[in-house]
Amino acid sequence: MHIVVCTKHTPDSEAKMSVDEAGNVSWGESPLIINPWDEYAVEEALLLRDKHSGTVTVISMGPEEVLEALKHAVAMGCDEAIRIWDESCAGSDTLATSYVLAKAIEKMDDVDVILFGKSAIDAETWQTGSAVASRLGCPSLMYVIKIAELDPDEKSIAVERLLEEGRQVVSASLPAVIGTTKSINEPRYTSFIGIRKAAKMEYPLWTLDDIGAEADKVGAAGSGVRWPQVFKPPERGGEAEIIEAETVEEAAAVLVEKLLAEKVI
Amino acid sequence: MSNDIFVWIEQFNGQPTAASWEAVGAARRLADELGSSVTACLFGGQGIADLAQEAISHGADTALLAEDATLADFRVEPQAALLAKTIREAEPTAVLIGATFRGRELGPVLAVELDTGCIADCIALEFEDGQLVATRPIYAGKLLSKCTIPERRPQIFTTRVRAFPKPEPDPARSGQVTRVEPVLAEDDIPSKVTGFQETRGGVSLADAGAIVSGGRGVGGPEGFEPVRELAQVLGAALGSSRAAVDAGWIPYEYQVGQTGKTVSPDLYVACGISGAIQHQAGMRTSKIIVAVNKDPEAPIFKLAHYGIVGDLFKVVPALTSAFKEKLG
Repeated sequence: MHIVVCTKHTPDSEAKMSVDEAGNVSWGESPLIINPWDEYAVEEALLLRDKHSGTVTVISMGPEEVLEALKHAVAMGCDEAIRIWDESCAGSDTLATSYVLAKAIEKMDDVDVILFGKSAIDAETWQTGSAVASRLGCPSLMYVIKIAELDPDEKSIAVERLLEEGRQVVSASLPAVIGTTKSINEPRYTSFIGIRKAAKMEYPLWTLDDIGAEADKVGAAGSGVRWPQVFKPPERGGEAEIIEAETVEEAAAVLVEKLLAEKVI
Repeated sequence: MSNDIFVWIEQFNGQPTAASWEAVGAARRLADELGSSVTACLFGGQGIADLAQEAISHGADTALLAEDATLADFRVEPQAALLAKTIREAEPTAVLIGATFRGRELGPVLAVELDTGCIADCIALEFEDGQLVATRPIYAGKLLSKCTIPERRPQIFTTRVRAFPKPEPDPARSGQVTRVEPVLAEDDIPSKVTGFQETRGGVSLADAGAIVSGGRGVGGPEGFEPVRELAQVLGAALGSSRAAVDAGWIPYEYQVGQTGKTVSPDLYVACGISGAIQHQAGMRTSKIIVAVNKDPEAPIFKLAHYGIVGDLFKVVPALTSAFKEKLG
């Protein structure tokens, strides 16, 4: 079985984000890491490989910085890692990014399962997974909390996915695009051996030519969305009004009055 | 190309979601500025025809209605295919979709089908110099981004749940309802829905007006009892922090935060939650935030509007009794 995991790099979730007058976003000294949601996708890929045998390839579209994410995935246990990039890919929205990823997956030609994290913690669009499914003409199975069955010979899969009202149970044919969510598994830590392997590994670069992508469908030219302005939200003024009283009951009564006055109940 | 606006109406077992009406309200306001009209797109199983009038009551001018077994359970492929077909015919300038799980899966698939942009999770939509500008949170709400789709049409937006007011329905409104037929036959749809396990009881977190959440401070599964009781008295949904989920005290479905659900209620009561940045990411846009915590230095007090420093096992039951007294 061939399993592909799509990943990206993000600033650490603890990073203090700032934006300068020109609108350039920075994350200070904070390191770039693998998008935390993608660790669930990598873990699920490794579990599937261990159960059904096969290969896990992790891919990412991006400049050299994405090697951090690819190395982490290899250190967790992925077999192959491929970076896809061309300067013209800069400024891609999810429409353009999904085009590039789908082209790369099509080039591999033998992929059974494509895994994504639920979203990336930087732009948080949640969009790339289902967009790739649409491009590949594969079933889109997002927010998956459990892969209940997978039969590589029958090319079938059954999953439980999370919607607002509960869990939808869905069966589909392979290849399929799976968006993982938290609690589908517990991502493993990287091992010393894994980290050594990741350090020695070759990370092939696929260009647009390699994947047969057209330059006018990537980057800003291939995107629908522009983001001309990034800014800090207005700070909420001051600290909480701490309710103090002789007894807990009095404090509770005061707070209840205030909340009723706020008309939020 | 028209200036009209399409809205996708989401329903589950024939029940419309509040997010759909919020999107209709946002579309109505934009259409009024453009002097154009709003079309509600309602595609589901048999027995949803009444919702077309409900969509019109909430502000749509017309509705497109499909009732077919292939559309009964949500699957993105048949919904996107039919929506794309109606959009190609009517050429609206914009499409609004509530940013629920289903909506956030549908938006990008529709964008690929129509080769256009989709801006996710918008919290504001305004015209600036004739261009529709969306504002959306990025980096867990630490920053905001203004986004546009300057060239391609339609412009697709998913609207964050509870970020736009739900319009008051006006039953006197009337409009034309046009029936449409599904594009995909069952054999053309690559997935089958074989079951649904509804989350047991209570109010849904996603569109709750009030949420009471417990965190590490509740100390164990039984520690959620006082939190649950307060939620019940308030008609609120129960939530939790990641710490309580990771400890196995409550299922993941209840988790609020960056790795859980993003919520935006009128009232958010955080009980025994320190308020890590990842938790804040999921609830910081709540209108009024109340914190109950033993530790006066807990970061949640920097975000909260009101706080009580104390033992949640004393304070929360006291709040429950005080609310009971006032609310009857």
